[in-house]
Amino acid sequence: MTLPLVEQFAYGLDAPICLTWELTYACNLSCVHCLSSSGRRDPRELSTAECQAVIDELERMQVFYVNIGGGEPTVRPDFWNLVDYATAHHVGVKFSTNGVKVTPEIARRLAASDYVDVQISLDGATAGINDAVRGPGSYATALRAMENLAAAGFAGFKISVVVTRQNAGQLDEFKAIADRFGAQLRLTRLRPSGRGADVWDELHPTAAQQRELYDWLVTHGEQVLTGDSFFHLAAFGDPLPGLNLCGAGRVVCLIDPVGDVYACPFAIHDSFLAGNVRGPGGFTAVWRESELFADLRRPQTGGACHSCSAYDACRGGCMAAKFFTGLPLDGPDPECVKGHGELALSAVSGLSAPAPRPSGDHSHRTAPRRPVPVTIGLRPPVSPPDRACDESPLAGLSPGPAGLIRPV
Amino acid sequence: MPAETPAAAGFDLDRPWQLHPQVSVRPERFGALLYHFGTRRLSFLKSPALLTVVSSLGEASSARAACELAGVRPAELPAYATALATLASSQMIRVREAIA
Repeated sequence: MTLPLVEQFAYGLDAPICLTWELTYACNLSCVHCLSSSGRRDPRELSTAECQAVIDELERMQVFYVNIGGGEPTVRPDFWNLVDYATAHHVGVKFSTNGVKVTPEIARRLAASDYVDVQISLDGATAGINDAVRGPGSYATALRAMENLAAAGFAGFKISVVVTRQNAGQLDEFKAIADRFGAQLRLTRLRPSGRGADVWDELHPTAAQQRELYDWLVTHGEQVLTGDSFFHLAAFGDPLPGLNLCGAGRVVCLIDPVGDVYACPFAIHDSFLAGNVRGPGGFTAVWRESELFADLRRPQTGGACHSCSAYDACRGGCMAAKFFTGLPLDGPDPECVKGHGELALSAVSGLSAPAPRPSGDHSHRTAPRRPVPVTIGLRPPVSPPDRACDESPLAGLSPGPAGLIRPV
Repeated sequence: MPAETPAAAGFDLDRPWQLHPQVSVRPERFGALLYHFGTRRLSFLKSPALLTVVSSLGEASSARAACELAGVRPAELPAYATALATLASSQMIRVREAIA
């Protein structure tokens, strides 16, 4: 109570506020930037009973809600049952989907629940830009799902966009799509995680686009959600709504399909693996006792960023973005708005040790990774897969006047 | 989505209030976290004393009575009214008779 709230969060809570749970690595799409390198189901995937046991723990820990993703979580045959199980146990569900299973019937069922929220992934306001990243037909699938949700009366579902160099100029168009369906737009940051590591160089927004994005976000305020993922842009000036704090291992984490617990959804690498829910003590023990999480909750020094005037605003940016671009964790973010990231990247680019690779790869073997085409719209059909992109769970905590935090 | 209304002004301490039925409360060292499943908003209570007040709203005859029960001193009342007004503006608490 004597510490500012942000510091309370920085030192960690007894339970996460919310967490991301990827239920499966299976996916019908093959998005080029998939942060979990999804595609094929992992045979070690948690069973229905094991998932229910995790939900029981989350209920005991009073975790308010889980952000379910994948892979494409709805392709799990027990998906809808697990959603019902979670909500019956007072754990709210927000799930990310490419829309493939959101039929009119399912949409009506979802609209009837107060405890379920849906996020449809869309990475282009036009089919050409979207499908170049998410695969042929994925734009039509997403739009059909949105139509079904709107027709069922599901107000305020989310449209989740990963901002890229190609779609950064479409923010107004994305907003128009959301308005058309009575949905809410959610913009999140592209990370060099999973297959995203292969395309980050070509897809991450330019410095000029970052500035435009920041101004656009400031203009739209609370109408647009960001999952708190752009806190590195706070160095431009006023902070964006949200906590502006890396929540990894402090107030958020990831449970992956085989039960591994990572500090954050964008950090699927052994360096950020805290334990497994199948271990003794389950998820609770991992959250409360893992050495990795204890480390992350210790005060951070700021390292090379410490002397920067913007450090208090951006806090050095995103751990995962640094890690997978080969930058030191106590230095600038690769997209540092002061330009320190570019300098740091050029310094490591000549080194013989390459940036760390994501630990797991469940990509479809039939869909080899390819570089992202520079010319939009001419991409040959890349086969499917995607994942329900993203979820930075620290979605929007902003220590306002008497403690108002914003919607996630 | 509820409009952000300025806190404080006009919170009626003398009416009976209650936690919104869709709100879940999780005690924390610094006070508590609140989550509203309807608006999908998170809020927090900045002190254990405020948590005591909020928890007893439903049984107390008025917000003022809940504050007194929690040991809030008269001089502190305006600050508590401000906090409660913020919670009311985000629908975390509501007037008890207004059960929709």
